[in-house]
Amino acid sequence: MRSDKTVSAPLGLKIAAAGGLLFLHLPLLLIFLYAFTTEEKSYQFPPPGLTLKWFAVTWERPDVWQALWLSVRVASISTIIALVLGTLCAAAVSQTRFFGRETISLLVILPIALPGIITGIALRSAFSLADIPFSFWTIVLGHATFCIVVVYNNAVARFRRVSGSLMEASMDLGANGFQTFRYIILPNIGTALLAGGMLAFALSFDEVIVTTFTGGQQSTLPIWMLQELIRPRQRPVTNVVAMVVVIVTFLPILGAYYLTRDGDQIAGSGK
Amino acid sequence: MSAIAHHHAGDASRGSVAGRISDFLWRHPHVLLAILLGPPLLWLGIVYLGSLFALLLQSFFSIDDYSGLINYEFTLATYRQLLNDANFDIIVRTVVMAASVTLFSAVIAFPIAYYAARYARGKWKAIFYLGVMLPLWSSYLVKIYAWKLILAKEGILTWIVTKLNLLWLLDAWLSIPVIGGNSLSVSYTGTFIVFVYVWMPFMILPIQAALERVPTNLIEASSDLGGTPQQTFRHVLFPLALPGIVAGSIFTFSLTLGDYIIPQIIGSSRLFIGQAVYAQQGTAGNIPLAAAFTVVPIVIMGLYLWMARRMGAFDAL
Repeated sequence: MRSDKTVSAPLGLKIAAAGGLLFLHLPLLLIFLYAFTTEEKSYQFPPPGLTLKWFAVTWERPDVWQALWLSVRVASISTIIALVLGTLCAAAVSQTRFFGRETISLLVILPIALPGIITGIALRSAFSLADIPFSFWTIVLGHATFCIVVVYNNAVARFRRVSGSLMEASMDLGANGFQTFRYIILPNIGTALLAGGMLAFALSFDEVIVTTFTGGQQSTLPIWMLQELIRPRQRPVTNVVAMVVVIVTFLPILGAYYLTRDGDQIAGSGK
Repeated sequence: MSAIAHHHAGDASRGSVAGRISDFLWRHPHVLLAILLGPPLLWLGIVYLGSLFALLLQSFFSIDDYSGLINYEFTLATYRQLLNDANFDIIVRTVVMAASVTLFSAVIAFPIAYYAARYARGKWKAIFYLGVMLPLWSSYLVKIYAWKLILAKEGILTWIVTKLNLLWLLDAWLSIPVIGGNSLSVSYTGTFIVFVYVWMPFMILPIQAALERVPTNLIEASSDLGGTPQQTFRHVLFPLALPGIVAGSIFTFSLTLGDYIIPQIIGSSRLFIGQAVYAQQGTAGNIPLAAAFTVVPIVIMGLYLWMARRMGAFDAL
Protein backbone atom coordinates (compact mmCIF):
# COMPACT_ATOMS: atom_id res chain seq x y z
CA MET A 1 0.00 0.00 0.00
CA ARG A 2 1.25 3.45 -0.74
CA SER A 3 0.56 6.12 1.78
CA ASP A 4 -1.80 8.53 0.10
CA LYS A 5 -2.38 10.84 3.01
CA THR A 6 -3.29 14.29 1.89
CA VAL A 7 -0.51 16.72 2.63
CA SER A 8 -0.65 20.41 2.00
CA ALA A 9 1.79 21.95 -0.44
CA PRO A 10 4.65 24.12 0.82
CA LEU A 11 3.82 27.82 0.70
CA GLY A 12 6.63 28.60 -1.76
CA LEU A 13 5.28 26.04 -4.23
CA LYS A 14 1.74 27.42 -3.90
CA ILE A 15 2.95 30.94 -4.64
CA ALA A 16 5.09 29.84 -7.59
CA ALA A 17 2.26 27.78 -9.13
CA ALA A 18 -0.33 30.53 -8.61
CA GLY A 19 2.08 33.13 -9.96
CA GLY A 20 2.71 31.02 -13.06
CA LEU A 21 -1.00 30.64 -13.74
CA LEU A 22 -1.60 34.37 -13.23
CA PHE A 23 1.21 35.11 -15.68
CA LEU A 24 -0.67 32.97 -18.22
CA HIS A 25 -4.09 34.52 -17.66
CA LEU A 26 -3.73 38.22 -16.81
CA PRO A 27 -2.64 39.26 -20.34
CA LEU A 28 -5.74 37.57 -21.79
CA LEU A 29 -7.98 39.37 -19.30
CA LEU A 30 -6.46 42.65 -20.42
CA ILE A 31 -7.78 41.96 -23.93
CA PHE A 32 -11.31 42.01 -22.51
CA LEU A 33 -10.74 45.40 -20.88
CA TYR A 34 -9.31 47.00 -24.00
CA ALA A 35 -12.29 45.96 -26.12
CA PHE A 36 -14.30 48.60 -24.23
CA THR A 37 -11.78 51.44 -24.19
CA THR A 38 -12.63 54.85 -25.68
CA GLU A 39 -8.99 55.53 -26.57
CA GLU A 40 -8.39 55.33 -30.32
CA LYS A 41 -4.81 56.36 -30.95
CA SER A 42 -2.73 54.59 -28.31
CA TYR A 43 -2.71 51.69 -25.85
CA GLN A 44 -3.16 53.98 -22.87
CA PHE A 45 -3.67 52.42 -19.45
CA PRO A 46 -5.87 52.91 -17.53
CA PRO A 47 -8.43 53.49 -20.33
CA PRO A 48 -9.79 57.06 -20.24
CA GLY A 49 -13.34 55.75 -20.56
CA LEU A 50 -15.42 52.71 -21.42
CA THR A 51 -17.80 52.35 -24.37
CA LEU A 52 -19.73 49.75 -26.38
CA LYS A 53 -19.45 51.81 -29.56
CA TRP A 54 -16.65 49.70 -31.13
CA PHE A 55 -18.73 46.54 -31.10
CA ALA A 56 -21.19 48.23 -33.44
CA VAL A 57 -18.39 49.60 -35.63
CA THR A 58 -16.80 46.16 -35.90
CA TRP A 59 -20.16 44.58 -36.73
CA GLU A 60 -20.45 46.89 -39.76
CA ARG A 61 -17.00 46.07 -41.14
CA PRO A 62 -17.24 43.83 -44.25
CA ASP A 63 -13.50 42.99 -44.25
CA VAL A 64 -13.81 41.43 -40.78
CA TRP A 65 -16.79 39.33 -41.87
CA GLN A 66 -15.05 38.16 -45.05
CA ALA A 67 -11.93 37.14 -43.13
CA LEU A 68 -14.03 35.34 -40.50
CA TRP A 69 -16.03 33.47 -43.14
CA LEU A 70 -12.88 32.37 -45.00
CA SER A 71 -11.34 31.15 -41.72
CA VAL A 72 -14.44 29.14 -40.85
CA ARG A 73 -14.55 27.49 -44.29
CA VAL A 74 -10.83 26.67 -44.30
CA ALA A 75 -10.97 25.27 -40.76
CA SER A 76 -14.04 23.13 -41.53
CA ILE A 77 -12.63 21.52 -44.68
CA SER A 78 -9.18 21.04 -43.14
CA THR A 79 -10.75 19.41 -40.09
CA ILE A 80 -12.71 16.95 -42.24
CA ILE A 81 -9.59 15.96 -44.20
CA ALA A 82 -7.55 15.67 -40.99
CA LEU A 83 -10.28 13.54 -39.38
CA VAL A 84 -10.23 11.02 -42.23
CA LEU A 85 -6.46 10.82 -42.61
CA GLY A 86 -5.69 10.97 -38.88
CA THR A 87 -8.17 8.22 -38.02
CA LEU A 88 -6.92 5.93 -40.80
CA CYS A 89 -3.37 6.43 -39.62
CA ALA A 90 -4.26 5.85 -35.97
CA ALA A 91 -6.19 2.67 -36.85
CA ALA A 92 -3.25 1.30 -38.84
CA VAL A 93 -0.72 2.08 -36.13
CA SER A 94 -2.72 0.79 -33.19
CA GLN A 95 -4.57 -2.18 -34.73
CA THR A 96 -1.80 -3.80 -36.74
CA ARG A 97 1.85 -4.59 -36.32
CA PHE A 98 4.16 -3.67 -39.16
CA PHE A 99 7.66 -2.59 -39.87
CA GLY A 100 8.17 1.16 -39.54
CA ARG A 101 5.33 1.99 -37.14
CA GLU A 102 7.60 4.35 -35.23
CA THR A 103 8.44 6.17 -38.43
CA ILE A 104 4.76 6.78 -39.13
CA SER A 105 4.30 8.51 -35.77
CA LEU A 106 7.33 10.65 -36.51
CA LEU A 107 6.02 11.53 -39.97
CA VAL A 108 2.66 12.62 -38.54
CA ILE A 109 4.29 14.78 -35.84
CA LEU A 110 6.84 16.33 -38.19
CA PRO A 111 4.59 19.09 -39.63
CA ILE A 112 4.14 20.64 -36.18
CA ALA A 113 7.52 19.60 -34.76
CA LEU A 114 9.32 21.55 -37.47
CA PRO A 115 8.88 25.32 -37.31
CA GLY A 116 5.83 26.51 -39.23
CA ILE A 117 7.90 28.70 -41.48
CA ILE A 118 9.58 25.60 -42.95
CA THR A 119 6.27 23.94 -43.74
CA GLY A 120 5.05 27.21 -45.20
CA ILE A 121 7.99 27.99 -47.42
CA ALA A 122 8.30 24.33 -48.54
CA LEU A 123 4.67 24.30 -49.67
CA ARG A 124 5.03 27.71 -51.29
CA SER A 125 8.04 26.74 -53.34
CA ALA A 126 6.35 23.45 -54.28
CA PHE A 127 3.29 25.37 -55.52
CA SER A 128 5.48 27.65 -57.58
CA LEU A 129 7.45 24.70 -59.01
CA ALA A 130 4.20 22.96 -59.97
CA ASP A 131 2.60 26.20 -61.24
CA ILE A 132 -0.32 25.92 -58.82
CA PRO A 133 -1.90 29.37 -58.25
CA PHE A 134 -2.78 30.35 -54.68
CA SER A 135 -6.38 29.68 -53.79
CA PHE A 136 -8.70 28.54 -51.05
CA TRP A 137 -7.43 25.01 -51.62
CA THR A 138 -3.75 25.84 -51.20
CA ILE A 139 -4.58 27.18 -47.73
CA VAL A 140 -6.57 24.03 -46.93
CA LEU A 141 -3.73 21.82 -48.12
CA GLY A 142 -1.31 23.40 -45.66
CA HIS A 143 -3.77 23.41 -42.75
CA ALA A 144 -4.87 19.80 -43.17
CA THR A 145 -1.22 18.70 -43.12
CA PHE A 146 -0.54 19.97 -39.63
CA CYS A 147 -4.04 19.22 -38.30
CA ILE A 148 -3.65 15.46 -38.88
CA VAL A 149 -1.48 15.12 -35.79
CA VAL A 150 -4.10 16.30 -33.24
CA VAL A 151 -6.74 13.91 -34.58
CA TYR A 152 -4.13 11.15 -34.72
CA ASN A 153 -3.01 11.71 -31.11
CA ASN A 154 -6.56 11.66 -29.78
CA ALA A 155 -7.53 8.61 -31.83
CA VAL A 156 -4.41 6.61 -30.95
CA ALA A 157 -4.94 7.26 -27.24
CA ARG A 158 -8.53 6.01 -27.48
CA PHE A 159 -7.74 3.00 -29.69
CA ARG A 160 -5.36 1.83 -26.95
CA ARG A 161 -8.25 1.73 -24.50
CA VAL A 162 -10.67 -0.13 -26.77
CA SER A 163 -9.99 -3.73 -25.84
CA GLY A 164 -9.20 -6.10 -28.69
CA SER A 165 -11.44 -8.77 -27.21
CA LEU A 166 -14.48 -6.56 -27.87
CA MET A 167 -13.75 -6.69 -31.57
CA GLU A 168 -13.07 -10.42 -31.47
CA ALA A 169 -16.36 -10.95 -29.66
CA SER A 170 -18.14 -8.97 -32.35
CA MET A 171 -16.54 -11.08 -35.07
CA ASP A 172 -17.34 -14.30 -33.19
CA LEU A 173 -20.96 -13.26 -33.00
CA GLY A 174 -21.04 -13.05 -36.76
CA ALA A 175 -20.50 -9.39 -37.54
CA ASN A 176 -18.32 -8.61 -40.52
CA GLY A 177 -15.54 -6.03 -40.41
CA PHE A 178 -17.80 -3.17 -41.48
CA GLN A 179 -20.45 -4.01 -38.90
CA THR A 180 -17.78 -4.25 -36.22
CA PHE A 181 -16.55 -0.83 -37.25
CA ARG A 182 -20.04 0.64 -37.26
CA TYR A 183 -21.33 -0.84 -34.01
CA ILE A 184 -18.22 -1.44 -31.88
CA ILE A 185 -15.30 0.73 -32.95
CA LEU A 186 -17.09 3.93 -33.91
CA PRO A 187 -19.15 4.33 -30.71
CA ASN A 188 -15.98 3.73 -28.71
CA ILE A 189 -13.75 6.21 -30.51
CA GLY A 190 -16.48 8.71 -31.43
CA THR A 191 -15.93 11.23 -28.65
CA ALA A 192 -12.15 11.07 -29.13
CA LEU A 193 -12.64 11.89 -32.82
CA LEU A 194 -15.00 14.74 -31.97
CA ALA A 195 -12.47 16.11 -29.51
CA GLY A 196 -9.65 15.74 -32.02
CA GLY A 197 -11.78 17.45 -34.65
CA MET A 198 -12.51 20.38 -32.35
CA LEU A 199 -8.83 20.83 -31.58
CA ALA A 200 -7.98 20.58 -35.29
CA PHE A 201 -10.59 23.26 -35.98
CA ALA A 202 -9.11 25.52 -33.30
CA LEU A 203 -5.60 24.92 -34.64
CA SER A 204 -6.57 25.76 -38.19
CA PHE A 205 -8.76 28.71 -37.20
CA ASP A 206 -5.80 30.31 -35.45
CA GLU A 207 -2.96 29.44 -37.85
CA VAL A 208 -1.05 32.34 -39.32
CA ILE A 209 2.53 31.33 -40.22
CA VAL A 210 1.84 28.67 -42.84
CA THR A 211 -1.08 30.72 -44.16
CA THR A 212 1.10 33.74 -44.95
CA PHE A 213 2.95 31.50 -47.41
CA THR A 214 0.03 29.59 -48.93
CA GLY A 215 -2.72 32.22 -48.91
CA GLY A 216 -1.83 34.63 -51.69
CA GLN A 217 -4.02 37.72 -51.54
CA GLN A 218 -6.80 36.30 -49.37
CA SER A 219 -7.13 37.12 -45.70
CA THR A 220 -8.11 34.63 -43.08
CA LEU A 221 -8.95 36.17 -39.72
CA PRO A 222 -5.41 35.67 -38.31
CA ILE A 223 -3.92 37.22 -41.45
CA TRP A 224 -6.28 40.20 -41.05
CA MET A 225 -5.16 40.47 -37.43
CA LEU A 226 -1.47 40.28 -38.41
CA GLN A 227 -1.90 43.12 -40.89
CA GLU A 228 -3.52 45.21 -38.16
CA LEU A 229 -0.64 44.42 -35.81
CA ILE A 230 1.98 45.53 -38.32
CA ARG A 231 0.10 48.55 -39.68
CA PRO A 232 -2.72 49.51 -37.28
CA ARG A 233 -5.65 51.16 -39.08
CA GLN A 234 -8.35 51.27 -36.44
CA ARG A 235 -7.05 49.97 -33.10
CA PRO A 236 -10.42 49.71 -31.30
CA VAL A 237 -11.75 47.36 -34.01
CA THR A 238 -8.69 45.13 -33.53
CA ASN A 239 -9.37 45.14 -29.78
CA VAL A 240 -12.93 43.91 -30.32
CA VAL A 241 -11.88 41.24 -32.84
CA ALA A 242 -9.17 40.03 -30.43
CA MET A 243 -11.73 39.60 -27.67
CA VAL A 244 -14.14 37.72 -29.93
CA VAL A 245 -11.32 35.42 -31.09
CA VAL A 246 -10.44 34.58 -27.47
CA ILE A 247 -14.04 33.64 -26.73
CA VAL A 248 -14.48 31.65 -29.96
CA THR A 249 -11.31 29.59 -29.41
CA PHE A 250 -12.23 28.82 -25.78
CA LEU A 251 -15.40 27.00 -26.83
CA PRO A 252 -13.84 24.08 -28.77
CA ILE A 253 -11.18 23.65 -26.07
CA LEU A 254 -13.81 23.37 -23.35
CA GLY A 255 -15.82 21.02 -25.59
CA ALA A 256 -12.82 18.78 -26.26
CA TYR A 257 -12.05 18.71 -22.55
CA TYR A 258 -15.53 17.55 -21.57
CA LEU A 259 -15.49 14.86 -24.26
CA THR A 260 -12.20 13.30 -23.22
CA ARG A 261 -11.99 13.98 -19.51
CA ASP A 262 -12.84 10.39 -18.48
CA GLY A 263 -9.34 9.14 -18.94
CA ASP A 264 -6.93 9.65 -21.71
CA GLN A 265 -6.35 13.37 -21.43
CA ILE A 266 -5.70 13.92 -17.75
CA ALA A 267 -2.73 11.61 -17.76
CA GLY A 268 -2.29 9.56 -14.64
CA SER A 269 -5.24 10.91 -12.69
CA GLY A 270 -6.83 7.49 -12.54
CA LYS A 271 -3.65 5.59 -11.81
CA MET B 1 -16.12 -25.83 -32.94
CA SER B 2 -14.67 -22.87 -34.79
CA ALA B 3 -15.71 -24.46 -38.06
CA ILE B 4 -19.32 -24.56 -36.86
CA ALA B 5 -19.16 -21.00 -35.68
CA HIS B 6 -17.75 -19.90 -38.96
CA HIS B 7 -20.37 -21.75 -40.91
CA HIS B 8 -23.10 -20.23 -38.79
CA ALA B 9 -21.68 -16.75 -39.20
CA GLY B 10 -21.45 -17.30 -42.92
CA ASP B 11 -25.19 -17.80 -43.09
CA ALA B 12 -25.92 -14.66 -41.18
CA SER B 13 -23.96 -11.97 -42.91
CA ARG B 14 -20.96 -13.12 -44.87
CA GLY B 15 -22.83 -13.86 -48.04
CA SER B 16 -23.22 -10.18 -48.88
CA VAL B 17 -20.68 -8.14 -50.82
CA ALA B 18 -19.64 -6.32 -47.68
CA GLY B 19 -19.19 -9.67 -45.96
CA ARG B 20 -17.01 -11.00 -48.73
CA ILE B 21 -14.86 -7.85 -48.75
CA SER B 22 -14.60 -8.11 -45.00
CA ASP B 23 -13.53 -11.76 -45.21
CA PHE B 24 -10.98 -10.95 -47.87
CA LEU B 25 -9.45 -8.21 -45.72
CA TRP B 26 -9.40 -10.54 -42.71
CA ARG B 27 -7.45 -13.11 -44.68
CA HIS B 28 -5.15 -10.50 -46.24
CA PRO B 29 -4.21 -8.12 -43.42
CA HIS B 30 -1.59 -6.49 -45.64
CA VAL B 31 -4.28 -5.26 -48.00
CA LEU B 32 -6.20 -3.82 -45.07
CA LEU B 33 -3.04 -2.12 -43.85
CA ALA B 34 -2.41 -0.66 -47.29
CA ILE B 35 -5.96 0.72 -47.44
CA LEU B 36 -5.63 2.27 -43.99
CA LEU B 37 -2.16 3.68 -44.43
CA GLY B 38 -2.34 4.59 -48.11
CA PRO B 39 -4.22 7.91 -47.97
CA PRO B 40 -2.35 9.45 -45.01
CA LEU B 41 0.99 8.27 -46.37
CA LEU B 42 0.24 9.66 -49.80
CA TRP B 43 -0.70 13.00 -48.25
CA LEU B 44 2.18 13.30 -45.80
CA GLY B 45 4.73 11.46 -47.91
CA ILE B 46 4.09 13.18 -51.20
CA VAL B 47 2.56 16.55 -50.41
CA TYR B 48 4.55 17.27 -47.28
CA LEU B 49 7.85 15.41 -47.55
CA GLY B 50 7.91 16.07 -51.30
CA SER B 51 7.70 19.83 -50.78
CA LEU B 52 10.26 19.62 -48.01
CA PHE B 53 12.78 17.81 -50.21
CA ALA B 54 12.12 20.14 -53.13
CA LEU B 55 12.92 23.03 -50.81
CA LEU B 56 16.08 21.46 -49.42
CA LEU B 57 17.25 20.68 -52.93
CA GLN B 58 17.09 24.36 -53.79
CA SER B 59 19.63 25.16 -51.09
CA PHE B 60 22.22 23.50 -53.33
CA PHE B 61 21.50 25.96 -56.12
CA SER B 62 22.74 29.52 -56.09
CA ILE B 63 21.51 32.91 -57.15
CA ASP B 64 23.21 34.76 -59.97
CA ASP B 65 24.49 38.04 -58.52
CA TYR B 66 23.91 40.02 -61.72
CA SER B 67 20.64 38.74 -63.12
CA GLY B 68 19.07 37.73 -59.78
CA LEU B 69 17.92 34.48 -61.37
CA ILE B 70 18.41 31.03 -59.85
CA ASN B 71 21.35 29.14 -61.31
CA TYR B 72 20.33 25.46 -61.38
CA GLU B 73 23.76 23.95 -60.89
CA PHE B 74 24.90 22.02 -57.86
CA THR B 75 27.01 24.25 -55.64
CA LEU B 76 27.85 24.78 -51.99
CA ALA B 77 28.23 28.53 -52.51
CA THR B 78 24.90 29.23 -50.80
CA TYR B 79 26.04 27.39 -47.69
CA ARG B 80 29.27 29.40 -47.68
CA GLN B 81 27.11 32.51 -47.81
CA LEU B 82 25.05 31.16 -44.90
CA LEU B 83 28.16 31.04 -42.74
CA ASN B 84 29.36 34.59 -43.40
CA ASP B 85 29.49 36.84 -40.35
CA ALA B 86 26.14 38.59 -40.67
CA ASN B 87 24.20 35.38 -41.30
CA PHE B 88 26.09 33.41 -38.67
CA ASP B 89 25.18 36.11 -36.13
CA ILE B 90 21.52 35.56 -36.94
CA ILE B 91 21.87 31.83 -36.30
CA VAL B 92 23.72 32.29 -33.00
CA ARG B 93 21.25 34.95 -31.84
CA THR B 94 18.29 32.66 -32.57
CA VAL B 95 19.81 29.61 -30.88
CA VAL B 96 20.75 31.62 -27.76
CA MET B 97 17.21 33.02 -27.61
CA ALA B 98 15.64 29.57 -28.04
CA ALA B 99 17.86 28.11 -25.32
CA SER B 100 17.10 30.92 -22.83
CA VAL B 101 13.39 30.74 -23.56
CA THR B 102 13.46 26.98 -22.99
CA LEU B 103 15.38 27.28 -19.73
CA PHE B 104 13.16 30.02 -18.37
CA SER B 105 9.98 28.23 -19.45
CA ALA B 106 11.10 25.11 -17.56
CA VAL B 107 11.67 27.19 -14.40
CA ILE B 108 8.17 28.74 -14.56
CA ALA B 109 6.44 25.56 -15.71
CA PHE B 110 7.90 23.21 -13.09
CA PRO B 111 6.04 24.54 -10.01
CA ILE B 112 2.74 24.57 -11.90
CA ALA B 113 3.28 21.02 -13.15
CA TYR B 114 4.46 19.82 -9.74
CA TYR B 115 1.51 21.30 -7.91
CA ALA B 116 -0.92 19.90 -10.46
CA ALA B 117 0.67 16.45 -10.34
CA ARG B 118 1.19 16.06 -6.61
CA TYR B 119 -1.28 18.24 -4.72
CA ALA B 120 -4.21 19.15 -6.96
CA ARG B 121 -7.14 16.75 -6.57
CA GLY B 122 -10.62 16.56 -8.00
CA LYS B 123 -11.97 19.98 -8.90
CA TRP B 124 -8.57 21.65 -8.59
CA LYS B 125 -7.02 19.14 -10.96
CA ALA B 126 -9.55 20.14 -13.63
CA ILE B 127 -8.99 23.84 -12.92
CA PHE B 128 -5.24 23.43 -13.35
CA TYR B 129 -5.69 21.43 -16.55
CA LEU B 130 -8.00 24.00 -18.11
CA GLY B 131 -5.89 26.80 -16.66
CA VAL B 132 -3.03 25.51 -18.78
CA MET B 133 -5.00 24.39 -21.83
CA LEU B 134 -6.94 27.62 -22.38
CA PRO B 135 -3.90 29.90 -22.70
CA LEU B 136 -2.06 27.20 -24.66
CA TRP B 137 -4.81 26.99 -27.26
CA SER B 138 -5.93 30.59 -27.34
CA SER B 139 -5.01 32.59 -30.38
CA TYR B 140 -1.31 33.09 -30.99
CA LEU B 141 -1.77 36.57 -32.45
CA VAL B 142 -4.11 37.68 -29.69
CA LYS B 143 -1.48 36.65 -27.14
CA ILE B 144 1.13 38.74 -28.95
CA TYR B 145 -1.35 41.59 -29.19
CA ALA B 146 -1.97 41.42 -25.44
CA TRP B 147 1.75 41.94 -24.87
CA LYS B 148 1.83 44.82 -27.29
CA LEU B 149 -0.78 46.45 -25.05
CA ILE B 150 1.20 45.60 -21.92
CA LEU B 151 4.66 46.61 -23.10
CA ALA B 152 3.69 49.80 -24.92
CA LYS B 153 5.21 52.96 -23.45
CA GLU B 154 1.79 54.26 -22.42
CA GLY B 155 0.64 50.75 -21.38
CA ILE B 156 -0.08 48.96 -18.13
CA LEU B 157 3.48 47.93 -17.29
CA THR B 158 4.81 51.48 -17.31
CA TRP B 159 1.75 52.52 -15.29
CA ILE B 160 2.41 49.87 -12.61
CA VAL B 161 6.13 50.65 -12.51
CA THR B 162 5.39 54.37 -12.11
CA LYS B 163 2.90 53.70 -9.29
CA LEU B 164 5.57 51.64 -7.53
CA ASN B 165 8.13 54.42 -8.02
CA LEU B 166 10.39 51.99 -9.86
CA LEU B 167 10.65 53.84 -13.15
CA TRP B 168 14.40 54.33 -12.57
CA LEU B 169 14.80 50.53 -12.47
CA LEU B 170 13.02 50.06 -15.80
CA ASP B 171 15.09 52.85 -17.36
CA ALA B 172 18.28 51.32 -16.00
CA TRP B 173 17.30 47.96 -17.49
CA LEU B 174 16.49 49.52 -20.87
CA SER B 175 19.84 51.31 -20.95
CA ILE B 176 21.73 47.99 -20.80
CA PRO B 177 23.17 47.40 -24.28
CA VAL B 178 21.89 44.45 -26.38
CA ILE B 179 18.94 43.47 -24.14
CA GLY B 180 17.67 47.03 -23.67
CA GLY B 181 16.24 49.53 -26.13
CA ASN B 182 13.99 52.58 -26.44
CA SER B 183 11.08 50.78 -24.81
CA LEU B 184 10.34 47.21 -23.82
CA SER B 185 8.29 46.61 -26.96
CA VAL B 186 11.33 47.22 -29.19
CA SER B 187 13.91 45.36 -27.10
CA TYR B 188 15.19 41.79 -26.85
CA THR B 189 13.80 41.72 -23.33
CA GLY B 190 10.33 42.25 -24.77
CA THR B 191 10.87 39.57 -27.42
CA PHE B 192 12.07 37.18 -24.72
CA ILE B 193 9.08 37.79 -22.43
CA VAL B 194 6.61 37.21 -25.25
CA PHE B 195 8.39 34.05 -26.41
CA VAL B 196 8.27 32.66 -22.87
CA TYR B 197 4.62 33.63 -22.51
CA VAL B 198 3.53 32.07 -25.79
CA TRP B 199 5.52 28.81 -25.64
CA MET B 200 5.77 28.09 -21.89
CA PRO B 201 2.37 26.29 -21.64
CA PHE B 202 3.75 23.59 -23.95
CA MET B 203 6.27 22.76 -21.22
CA ILE B 204 3.77 22.19 -18.41
CA LEU B 205 1.82 19.11 -19.52
CA PRO B 206 4.84 16.89 -20.38
CA ILE B 207 6.49 17.73 -17.03
CA GLN B 208 3.21 17.02 -15.26
CA ALA B 209 2.89 13.67 -17.03
CA ALA B 210 6.44 12.70 -16.00
CA LEU B 211 5.89 13.79 -12.38
CA GLU B 212 2.64 11.88 -12.13
CA ARG B 213 4.55 8.69 -12.76
CA VAL B 214 6.80 9.30 -9.74
CA PRO B 215 5.41 7.21 -6.87
CA THR B 216 4.77 9.21 -3.69
CA ASN B 217 6.61 6.66 -1.55
CA LEU B 218 9.82 7.29 -3.47
CA ILE B 219 9.80 10.86 -2.20
CA GLU B 220 8.85 9.71 1.30
CA ALA B 221 11.64 7.15 1.22
CA SER B 222 14.11 9.88 0.35
CA SER B 223 13.06 12.02 3.29
CA ASP B 224 12.90 8.97 5.60
CA LEU B 225 16.51 8.30 4.70
CA GLY B 226 17.39 11.80 5.82
CA GLY B 227 17.26 13.69 2.52
CA THR B 228 16.45 17.37 2.82
CA PRO B 229 13.80 18.72 0.42
CA GLN B 230 16.63 20.17 -1.70
CA GLN B 231 18.42 16.83 -1.84
CA THR B 232 15.19 15.00 -2.67
CA PHE B 233 14.56 17.41 -5.50
CA ARG B 234 18.13 17.21 -6.76
CA HIS B 235 18.58 13.43 -6.61
CA VAL B 236 15.08 11.96 -6.91
CA LEU B 237 12.52 14.31 -8.38
CA PHE B 238 14.56 16.18 -10.96
CA PRO B 239 16.14 13.11 -12.65
CA LEU B 240 12.71 11.50 -12.92
CA ALA B 241 11.13 14.68 -14.30
CA LEU B 242 13.93 15.22 -16.80
CA PRO B 243 12.36 13.22 -19.66
CA GLY B 244 9.26 15.41 -19.28
CA ILE B 245 11.32 18.58 -19.32
CA VAL B 246 13.16 17.41 -22.42
CA ALA B 247 9.86 16.52 -24.09
CA GLY B 248 8.49 19.97 -23.33
CA SER B 249 11.69 21.63 -24.46
CA ILE B 250 11.23 20.09 -27.91
CA PHE B 251 8.23 22.39 -28.33
CA THR B 252 9.64 25.54 -26.72
CA PHE B 253 12.97 25.21 -28.53
CA SER B 254 11.59 24.35 -31.96
CA LEU B 255 8.79 26.90 -31.84
CA THR B 256 11.17 29.70 -30.84
CA LEU B 257 13.71 28.64 -33.45
CA GLY B 258 11.36 29.14 -36.38
CA ASP B 259 9.18 32.01 -35.22
CA TYR B 260 9.32 35.18 -37.28
CA ILE B 261 6.18 37.00 -36.19
CA ILE B 262 6.95 37.66 -32.51
CA PRO B 263 10.36 39.33 -33.14
CA GLN B 264 8.81 41.27 -36.01
CA ILE B 265 6.05 42.76 -33.86
CA ILE B 266 7.83 43.00 -30.52
CA GLY B 267 11.57 43.31 -30.87
CA SER B 268 14.53 45.18 -32.20
CA SER B 269 15.46 45.41 -35.87
CA ARG B 270 18.05 42.63 -35.58
CA LEU B 271 16.84 39.51 -37.36
CA PHE B 272 16.11 35.97 -36.21
CA ILE B 273 16.31 32.89 -38.47
CA GLY B 274 12.61 32.96 -39.26
CA GLN B 275 12.74 36.63 -40.28
CA ALA B 276 15.83 35.95 -42.41
CA VAL B 277 14.02 33.14 -44.24
CA TYR B 278 11.01 35.37 -44.76
CA ALA B 279 13.09 38.27 -46.05
CA GLN B 280 15.21 36.07 -48.34
CA GLN B 281 12.26 34.34 -49.99
CA GLY B 282 10.17 37.50 -50.16
CA THR B 283 11.75 40.88 -50.80
CA ALA B 284 15.24 39.54 -51.62
CA GLY B 285 13.91 36.77 -53.84
CA ASN B 286 16.84 34.55 -52.90
CA ILE B 287 15.11 31.17 -52.56
CA PRO B 288 18.38 29.18 -52.35
CA LEU B 289 19.60 31.17 -49.34
CA ALA B 290 16.15 31.01 -47.73
CA ALA B 291 16.23 27.23 -48.22
CA ALA B 292 19.73 27.02 -46.73
CA PHE B 293 18.50 29.00 -43.72
CA THR B 294 15.66 26.54 -43.16
CA VAL B 295 18.20 23.70 -43.09
CA VAL B 296 19.64 25.18 -39.86
CA PRO B 297 16.56 24.59 -37.66
CA ILE B 298 15.97 21.22 -39.34
CA VAL B 299 19.50 20.05 -38.49
CA ILE B 300 19.33 21.47 -34.96
CA MET B 301 15.92 19.90 -34.32
CA GLY B 302 17.10 16.60 -35.83
CA LEU B 303 19.98 16.45 -33.36
CA TYR B 304 17.69 17.59 -30.57
CA LEU B 305 15.05 14.93 -31.31
CA TRP B 306 17.73 12.27 -31.55
CA MET B 307 19.09 13.17 -28.13
CA ALA B 308 15.58 13.49 -26.68
CA ARG B 309 14.74 10.02 -27.94
CA ARG B 310 17.85 8.60 -26.25
CA MET B 311 16.76 10.22 -22.98
CA GLY B 312 13.33 8.62 -23.21
CA ALA B 313 11.51 11.89 -23.73
CA PHE B 314 9.01 10.43 -26.19
CA ASP B 315 7.43 8.26 -23.51
CA ALA B 316 6.55 11.45 -21.62
CA LEU B 317 4.71 13.10 -24.50
